[in-house]
Amino acid sequence: MTTLPDVVAEETDTGEDWRRLSPRMLVVHPLNELLRAAPALLAVLVVGATSGRGPWWSVAGAGALVLMGILRWFTTTYRVTPRQVQVRKGLVHRRVLTVPTDRVRTVDVDAQALHRILGLAKVSIGTGRSDKSDEGIKLDALSKDVAERLRGELLHRRPVAVQANENTAENVPAPDPEVVLASLRPGWIKYGPFTLSGFVTVGIVAAFVFRLISESNVDPDRFGPFRVVFHHLSSVSIARAISEAIVTLVVVVVVASTVGYVLAFWNYRLTRHSGGTLHVSRGAISTRSTTIEERRLRGVEISEPLLLRAVKGARILAITTGLRVGRGAERGGTLLLPPAPRAEVERVARDVLTDPAAVSVGLASHGPRARRRRYNRALGMSAILVGFVFVLWATNVVGLDVALVSLVLLPIGALLAADRYRNLGHAVSESPGGATLVGRHGSLVRRRVMLSRDGIIGWNVHQSFFQRRSGLATLVATTAAGHQHYEIVDVELAEALRVADQALPGLVTPFLVHPIA
Amino acid sequence: MGFPTNSTRAGTGEAVELRLPRNKVSPRAKAYWFVRALIGWIVLFAAELVWFLTGDDANAGLHVTGLVVTAVVAAAHLVIMPRWRFAVHRWEITPDAVYTRSGWIDQEWRIAPVSRIQTVDSERGVLQRLFRLSDLTVTTASSAGALKIHGLDVEVAQRAADELTGNAVASEGDAT
Repeated sequence: MTTLPDVVAEETDTGEDWRRLSPRMLVVHPLNELLRAAPALLAVLVVGATSGRGPWWSVAGAGALVLMGILRWFTTTYRVTPRQVQVRKGLVHRRVLTVPTDRVRTVDVDAQALHRILGLAKVSIGTGRSDKSDEGIKLDALSKDVAERLRGELLHRRPVAVQANENTAENVPAPDPEVVLASLRPGWIKYGPFTLSGFVTVGIVAAFVFRLISESNVDPDRFGPFRVVFHHLSSVSIARAISEAIVTLVVVVVVASTVGYVLAFWNYRLTRHSGGTLHVSRGAISTRSTTIEERRLRGVEISEPLLLRAVKGARILAITTGLRVGRGAERGGTLLLPPAPRAEVERVARDVLTDPAAVSVGLASHGPRARRRRYNRALGMSAILVGFVFVLWATNVVGLDVALVSLVLLPIGALLAADRYRNLGHAVSESPGGATLVGRHGSLVRRRVMLSRDGIIGWNVHQSFFQRRSGLATLVATTAAGHQHYEIVDVELAEALRVADQALPGLVTPFLVHPIA
Repeated sequence: MGFPTNSTRAGTGEAVELRLPRNKVSPRAKAYWFVRALIGWIVLFAAELVWFLTGDDANAGLHVTGLVVTAVVAAAHLVIMPRWRFAVHRWEITPDAVYTRSGWIDQEWRIAPVSRIQTVDSERGVLQRLFRLSDLTVTTASSAGALKIHGLDVEVAQRAADELTGNAVASEGDAT
């Protein structure tokens, strides 16, 4: 156990011994905690401890976390055998996590800024058991080379072995031939402002500033820049102040979104490896690369947030077993293509799907009853909100002007309903490579989900009280990939059953009153 | 597949419908649902009563109204819910698939192929034991795809579980 992991990395294939994470993590843990406690530290340094104990507690907390991080390094070991990956961890409560290598579906290698400076990378191994508690294996962190080698071994072992049998070649992992399916073009950066990711950045910065102010107990009024801003805003009319604030916010968000796009997707490349995997790598400062076993890619989702749709942009998310869809698809590592022109999106989707026809197949609309439901729901929601505002007006909480302005929610609701209905659609496409269930829905984020026949496990047909009255149903395809279930909402019951029967022949047939066709 | 679906909407399509799953759940489930709901209502009613008796008398009218409304809603729920639910809950197991219908106001049909079944659990709570009932849960690799059959007779549930595990174990792969 005294050897450094990087030295014994050569033996990954045969190594039966337990290895530690990179010792450089002993630097990362303290630095990360220092950064997290930065506002408190600044407050202590600048103001001193005279103004309260709060900052000192933060510093003490950070110290404890550093200690735990260091302990974690000493207690965490892992080993990779041809059969399985194992991680042993825990100080008091020792645990061993084991993942058989033939259950590995995805390998995610990412490096935050600090990891990158130190040549480290975090490895997350995804399995198909997404129904169980989140027990994927995470190795935080290995040296970059070891991480890359581990990835290659985990995902390319079996296909290589198969080829070796067929060609009677030696089982030497040859340099992996790869085909580039897509890479970032500078022109795509113009979609950056329309992703609105800058809102998050602005929020984080605002939270940091707020915390700094509250921990150091500085009166914002006495702080130069704030005073200037407050003074200016209170000297102009309210309308002007609001419009100035909005313009400033928009400019900041646009700049932050663009910078965010460049940072996140710089060097973006989507490649296909002969070993049967897709590989996405990207990132300017923190890098991320995700490898997906192509056999387990159950489909893709083309998602178009409203603003992006307005400028004819879209992005692609993978639907695959072993990758959880986290908050913000980028975070979950499922992103196959960053916001890019529609034509490019469709080309890439066709490239990665076994049934390319699914990308362009015409969608059946859901009919007048589905349209009525969209309007009922959107207008109903608007009416409730408007009614609430008018109650506030009646009880003298808000003025009449506010109540009248709230009426604008009704036309907005109607527009939303019209767009939501227009976007509803479904189809089953078939080509020699396979069949696909296609569904499209949504307005603020329009999604076209293409789920392959192989990925569909079963069906749920859901009818709410109101759906039953109008003869509609929601057809839910259950799957082990992505969100675990994909819905076709408000389709006529008979049509839902036809779609189910065509997408997965045979399963529903015995349960129908009259056989189809 | 001799019908056009890709580009045209289906016509009237009244003919295509799901038939009911063959089996009803145990009739004792009605009593079980009744007792379970009754316990919930009694707890609520008791809480309201305690609030009424310990609070000041200024809002006595309001308290009494609340108690009456609770009693009426509870009575309606207790009379309607078990029967309605019993009428809706149905299940069926074929050599190829498991088929259930559940819910009462919202209803849901679920179909899962036996070849994709991962686990079959039968569960019995304390209250269910009194009624000799059991819940059967059939899970697949999708976390959204579990089929639950509530209120089965214990022996029926056991037989169903045995039958399913016998069929399912033979299936290949990890069913994802």
